[in-house]
Amino acid sequence: MTPAGDLASPPPAVEILGVRKRFGATEALRGISASILPGRLTGLVGPDGAGKTTLMRLLAGLMDPSEGSIRVAGCDPVRERERIHTLTGYMPQRFGLYEDLTVADNLHLFAELRGLRSGDYQAVFQRLLAFTRLGPFTERLAGRLSGGMKQKLGLACALMARPQVLLLDEPGVGVDPVSRQDLWRMVHELTGEGMAVVWSTAYLDEAERCASVILLNEGRVEYDGPPRDLTRKLQGRSYLLRHPAEDRRAVLSRALELDSVCDGVIQGSSVRIVLRGESLPQAVEALAAAAGASLEPVAPRFEDAFVDLLGGHPGGGSALARRMPEAEDLGAVTVSCRDLTRRFGTFTATDQVSFQVRRGEIFGLLGPNGAGKSTTFKMLCGLLKPTSGRAQVMGLDLRTATSEAKGRLGYMAQKFSLYGLLSVRQNLEFSAGVYGLANSARRERIEEMVETFHLGPHLDAAPGDLPLGFKQRLALACALMHRPPVLFLDEPTSGVDPLTRREFWSHINGLVRKGVTVLVTTHFMEEAEYCDRVALMFQARVIALDTPDALKRTAAAGGLAEPTMEDAFIHLVEQVDAGLEAGGKEGRP
Amino acid sequence: MTSTRLDPRRLAALIHKESRQMWRDPATILMAFVLPVVMVLLYAYAVSLDLNQVPVGVVQECDSPSAQSLGAAFAGSRFFKVTPARDRRELEEDLIGGRLRGFVVIPQDLDRRLAAGGTQPLVQVITDGSQPNTASFVENYARSVVGLWQAQRGAAPTGGIALEPRFWYNPEVESRRFLLPGAIAIIMTMIGTLLTAMVVAREWERGTMEAMISTPVSVMEILIGKLLPYFGLALAATAICTLLSTLAFGVPMRGSWAALLMLSSAFLVPALGQGLVISSAAKNQFVAAQLALFSGFLPAFLLSGFIFEISSMPLPIRLLTYLLPARYFVACLQTVFLAGDVWSLFIPDTLAMLAIGCVFLLVARAKTRKSLDP
Repeated sequence: MTPAGDLASPPPAVEILGVRKRFGATEALRGISASILPGRLTGLVGPDGAGKTTLMRLLAGLMDPSEGSIRVAGCDPVRERERIHTLTGYMPQRFGLYEDLTVADNLHLFAELRGLRSGDYQAVFQRLLAFTRLGPFTERLAGRLSGGMKQKLGLACALMARPQVLLLDEPGVGVDPVSRQDLWRMVHELTGEGMAVVWSTAYLDEAERCASVILLNEGRVEYDGPPRDLTRKLQGRSYLLRHPAEDRRAVLSRALELDSVCDGVIQGSSVRIVLRGESLPQAVEALAAAAGASLEPVAPRFEDAFVDLLGGHPGGGSALARRMPEAEDLGAVTVSCRDLTRRFGTFTATDQVSFQVRRGEIFGLLGPNGAGKSTTFKMLCGLLKPTSGRAQVMGLDLRTATSEAKGRLGYMAQKFSLYGLLSVRQNLEFSAGVYGLANSARRERIEEMVETFHLGPHLDAAPGDLPLGFKQRLALACALMHRPPVLFLDEPTSGVDPLTRREFWSHINGLVRKGVTVLVTTHFMEEAEYCDRVALMFQARVIALDTPDALKRTAAAGGLAEPTMEDAFIHLVEQVDAGLEAGGKEGRP
Repeated sequence: MTSTRLDPRRLAALIHKESRQMWRDPATILMAFVLPVVMVLLYAYAVSLDLNQVPVGVVQECDSPSAQSLGAAFAGSRFFKVTPARDRRELEEDLIGGRLRGFVVIPQDLDRRLAAGGTQPLVQVITDGSQPNTASFVENYARSVVGLWQAQRGAAPTGGIALEPRFWYNPEVESRRFLLPGAIAIIMTMIGTLLTAMVVAREWERGTMEAMISTPVSVMEILIGKLLPYFGLALAATAICTLLSTLAFGVPMRGSWAALLMLSSAFLVPALGQGLVISSAAKNQFVAAQLALFSGFLPAFLLSGFIFEISSMPLPIRLLTYLLPARYFVACLQTVFLAGDVWSLFIPDTLAMLAIGCVFLLVARAKTRKSLDP
C-alpha cells in the first residue's frame, strides 16, 4: 500500500521512486524521485529534451521504466496497466484527436473508449461542452479548430470518465493567450474538485502559475516544490535598470561581463539584472550611474531562479558580432510593407498588413499560431507572392527584384530547416554556395562561422543528431553566411531552453549594434521584450504596433498593476473582440 | 487476460469511428472504388497476353505444289502475319532488327521428307529467343499449322495422331478472361494489406494512437476495430470489380456469388492480418507503404499465377508460392469465374488461406502492445 506521509496530508496521487528510463545508449531519465499530491496543479518543467514527455508516458502506463517504481492512484502502471488507463486521463502533446472527425464524434469515441455509462452521456457532454465553451462547434471537424480549441477538446476527451490523475503534456504549446486563460481556469476548477493535475511545460511563466513544480533538466530533478519557494531564494537579487540613456543592448552586454551578475535580459526599454548569490550590488550601481539609468530592485521571477539554478547566463559577448563588419547603410528604412494581403482560397491569412522597420532595429511580429505571422514573413522574404499590397527590402521591390532582394536578406526558417542528410560542414558549404561565395571567400567565411559558433567538434555530425542549441547555431550560421544587412528569424527560439535562448539573443543583440535589421516572429510573449517595436497580430491583422513598454502600458490602463506582454496581448484582443460583433470569431484555424 | 477482452460497445465505437474516417478520407475512397475501376479497365484493354498476327517470315526454298500449299497454310493462319522469302538470308536482318519474331524454313527436300513418312521434321522453325514467350508461341503455332496442314492433306503420318487442340473454359484464349478475375486479388491485397498498414501507421504518426492506448481499450478491440471496416470495404471493392468485369467486359461468371464471397472473405483474413503485422512494426506511413508493397503487392502480382504461370517457375520459387495466400486466391478466382464452383479445389485452398491468415493474426496480436516502448 501507499506509505502515508504525515497523517494530516492526503496520500500522494503519484509516487515516483528512483525511476530511470533508457532508450538504447541514451538515458532520458536518470533517477527521478518525486510525489504528486491530489487536488493541486503540479508543473513538470524543463527545457526541450529534459525528459518531461518520457516521464508523462511512464505515468500514463504507456512505457515501462527501466529501473525504479511508480504508483499512480495506488496502482502500478507496469502490472496494472488496464486499471491505470481507467484512473488516469492523458492528453498527449499532439492532441490525439481525430482531425477528420467532428467535435461530437471525438467526444463520443472517447466516451465509449473510457466506458462512460450511456445514461450519463447527456449530463457529461453538457457539462464538458459548457466547461470548454465548445458547445457551438460540435459539428465542426476537429482539424478545423484553432490550436486553443483543439487543446480544450483534447482536455474534454481526457476528462471523460472523471480520472483521478490528469496528465497534460505541453497543453500550452500553440495556444493563444486567450485560450490559455481558459485552460488555466478549467484546470483550477478540476484541482478544486480534488483531481491531481500534471501540466508539463517548457514555458517558465506557466510554471510560475503551478501550485508545485518538478523541475527537470537532462533527466534529473533539479527542484521539487512550490515555485514561490524557489523564487523566494532570489529575493533582493533582481534589479531593473530603467531607461538607460545609453543603448540598452550595450548596457546589457557590459552588465553580463561583471562577475557579480548572474543573469540579464532586455525588458522593453530597460535591462533586467540578477545578481549572483552573496554578491553586492555596488558594481551594478556603478554601471547604472554610468549608463544614466535608475536602478530599482524588483521582485524575482521564476525564470531568474531557473537560470540561476542552471548556472547563470552563458555570457554577453558575441564573437559573431565582433567579426561582422558594419551593415551596409541604404537609408533609415530597411524593410517596409503596405497593405500586404494574402488569401488562400477563401481564407485570408494576412489582411492589409502595413509597417516600416528601421535600420538596426529588432522588430517583432507577435501572435498566436495561425495569426498570419509566418505568411507575412514569407511575403517579405519573397517566398510567397502577396495577393495585393507591396513589400520592400533595402529599397528593392520583392515583386520585381526578388532575387536581388533575397541576396540582401538572411532567413532562418521555423524548426531551423537544415538538411538532415548533409553533415554540418556540408550544410555550411551548401548555404555558402547558394549565396554565391567563391572559393577562398567561401572557405574563410565557413571557417569563421565554425570558430564563432564552436561547431568544430560537430562538423561531421548530422544536424538531426545535434542538441537543439547547436542546431539553432548552425541555422543562424547558414542564414548569416553572406552577411546580410537584414535578418529574418521565424520562431527562432521555440522549444529552446532559457540558457540557449540567452546565448542566441546575445548574438542578435550584437548584430543589431552593427546596424543589422532583425525581424523576428514569436508566439512566445516574453520574447517580445527583446524587441524595439512589436506588431501584435491576431486573426490576420495587426491589432497594435508599438514599443513593448507602451503595449504593456495599455494593459496597465486596463487596471493591471504590473502587466506582462501576455496581459497586454489579452487586453488588446479583448478590445478587438469587443469591437467586433460576436459570432464565428473563435472559428479561425 | 484483460488485453483480450472484447467490449461490444467499445468495439462498436471503434468501428463507427473507422467508418466515418473512411468516408472522409479521399485516399480510401480512391483505393476502394476508383482503383478497382482503373485496374479493370487497365487489364481489359492495356494488358493483353494474347498474340495475334505475329510477324514471321516463311522461307520457301522450293516451288513444289506441296511446298506452296504449306506456305499458303501459314499465310492463311490468323496467328501469323507472313513475310514470304526465297532465301533465309533475306530475313535474317529483319529478325535481328526485331521486325520479325521468327521464321519458318520450308526445305528444298520437302517432298522427300513427306515421303519418308514423318521420321524427319518437315520444317525448320527459327525464333527470337530474346522474347521467350513469343518464341515458344511461334514454335508451337508453327507446329500446329504444319500438323493441321498435314491432316487436311489426308496424309497423316502413319501411326501419327491428328491433334485438334481445344481450349476449355476459355475457348477464345482471351487473356482478359483470366486477368480480370486475378485483378480482384490484387485489389484486395491493396486494400487489405496496404490500406490497413497505412491507416494504422497514420494513427501513430498523428498521435491519435497514443491517446487511444491511454484509454482502457484492449489490444483485441483495437485490432478488430481496424479489421472489420476494411473487411467490408474490400468486399465492396470486390463486388464492383466483379460486376464491371462480367457486365462490361463479358467475363463469364460460371460459379456462384456465394462461393466468390466465401473465397474473398477467406483471402481477406491473411491480407488484413499481414497489414496489421506490418503496422505493428512500421509506425510511419512511408515505411508501412514500402513494406506493404514489397511483401504484399509485388508477390501477389508476380508470384500468384496472376500474370506468370506458377508451373513454369523454377522449383524454389514454386515452393515459395505455397506461402502466398494470393496464389490460392487467384486459382480459385479463375475457377469460380471461368469454370464454376469446384469445391474440391475451393475447400483446401480456403483452408490454406485461413491457416496463413491465422499465423499473421497471431503475430499481429503478439506484436501489437499498448505501449510506446520501442
